[in-house]
Amino acid sequence: MSKVLILAEHDKGALKKVTLNTLAFARQYVAKFGGSYDFAVVGHNVGGVATALQGYGAGAIHVADHADLAHPIASAWGKVLADLAKSIGADVVTGPASTTGKDVLPRTAVRLGAGMASDIIALTDSGAFARPMWAGNLTGNVKISTANKVISVRASAFDAAEATGGSSPIQAFAADPALAGSRVKFVSFDGVQSTRPDLAEAAVVVAGGRGLKDKFGAITEPLADVLSAAIGASRAAVDDGFAPNDYQIGQTGKVVAPQLYFAIAISGAVQHLAGMKNSKVIVAINKNGDEPIFEVADYGLVADAFAVVPELTSQIKALRG
Amino acid sequence: MKILVSAKRVSDPNAKLAIAKDGKWIEGEVEYILNPFCENAIEAALQIAEANDGTETVAIGIGDDETARFIRQGALARGIDRGILVSAEEETIDSDLIARIYAGVVHRENPDIVLLGKQAIDGDSNQVGQLLAEYLGWPQATFASKIEVSDGKAVVTREVDGGLETLEVTLPAVITADLRLNEPRFASLAGIMKAKKKPFDELEIDDLDLENTETKVQVVGLVTPSGRKAGVLVKDVEELVQKLRSEARAI
Repeated sequence: MSKVLILAEHDKGALKKVTLNTLAFARQYVAKFGGSYDFAVVGHNVGGVATALQGYGAGAIHVADHADLAHPIASAWGKVLADLAKSIGADVVTGPASTTGKDVLPRTAVRLGAGMASDIIALTDSGAFARPMWAGNLTGNVKISTANKVISVRASAFDAAEATGGSSPIQAFAADPALAGSRVKFVSFDGVQSTRPDLAEAAVVVAGGRGLKDKFGAITEPLADVLSAAIGASRAAVDDGFAPNDYQIGQTGKVVAPQLYFAIAISGAVQHLAGMKNSKVIVAINKNGDEPIFEVADYGLVADAFAVVPELTSQIKALRG
Repeated sequence: MKILVSAKRVSDPNAKLAIAKDGKWIEGEVEYILNPFCENAIEAALQIAEANDGTETVAIGIGDDETARFIRQGALARGIDRGILVSAEEETIDSDLIARIYAGVVHRENPDIVLLGKQAIDGDSNQVGQLLAEYLGWPQATFASKIEVSDGKAVVTREVDGGLETLEVTLPAVITADLRLNEPRFASLAGIMKAKKKPFDELEIDDLDLENTETKVQVVGLVTPSGRKAGVLVKDVEELVQKLRSEARAI
């Protein structure tokens, strides 16, 4: 019997959907190995996050609320999460492979003497954790040989879990982050201001490449507007300053799997494909028909993006009346 | 000040990868490169050293003679002062053991900053820096796109979901490099010549007083994911819209 502790992801006091993708993995794990799952909500003034999780069948929702946990300082969060796991007897700690999960979870693993599998995409029939390696060119099935296990989950590989009703109890956990975080000071956060859906959660993603240059926004934004899409970018477009770092899709950026993905003026380097090739429908628009993006696209249009994307935007707009 | 920096070799992501017979690793004519994130870490170490007189830089790698070559050509030839190779079979060690080996070297070298790539582009685990920081009880600043070091502190801007976060960490600390941290320099011919004469230590894992050398995570099988088939080319926007609407039902 396992007890799985799920680190909830939240932003500005609201639950993030990647938590529910991670829950889907936890439910699979518990269905296979038996046991139950709890949530850990770490932060400050996060009562609303705990409440939002009450209908999802957890044994309990543990809230570690402390002013020193307001920002996800890895040393402090990692310690609190490990302390909580020990106090409730959790043998598995899991969380989304977001930048917070990637930052925090390995530290928890060390404190629990646990091996960690990163960014997993499936639990195999034999109970191994499948994870992409070599930019997704190969899938590695890995086993963790320690009694305690830490697992970060690639959210796009698991459909978000549904609420099951009921009302899980909320329990306060007396967190002690003080020493662990004392040599780190939060200075500032420069957030991308956007009213668009989160890249990780969007049903439609419009992604642009370096070729769009300073017209990056002028080309991608109107199309994203008519489709209520998130905007993404290739690494090259971000490196050259045409798009913010938060937009980067790929092996070392965000991994997305929307219903519909537009790759506009993106060549399709293996590192970019690693971040989007599991999208349901892929549309590639590129003036060079030899680019590798066309090898994964369901629909390819060999054309100049500057000419056809505005036309595409207005046709879709017309359709939607 | 002293900076320890990683120099890991990885198989070229653009090369064709063949799975070994036991299914646990790759085999055949594998082309290796220096891990791109380690190149960023090396460049950052050099820039910090150039801005802070009296800073010593040390590159560390785990592996065999081939890894030694990458430490010399990728790190020492670019200007890192000396190298350390810890002999081990790279294929069978996990992120946890790598972190404990690095921690063992940190205990011998006592650096102020350990600079690592944020992830190796073969295993793609993105764990070693964080594990190392916890083993050492040090603060960490991962995914760095900007580093400023002064007065025993580092102010680090980090690339995180939703934007850029800036932290101030008190040294000693672990910092992991993201791709936009800098543009790695090329090794000069003079640098390559000098690298041959730079101090280079070879250590065995046994020299590092680790509790054990057991791994916690094992690859039990590699598989090739099912590929995606290329679809169709459409002739114009009208056909694209029509297909997205009636065939894919995506708009």
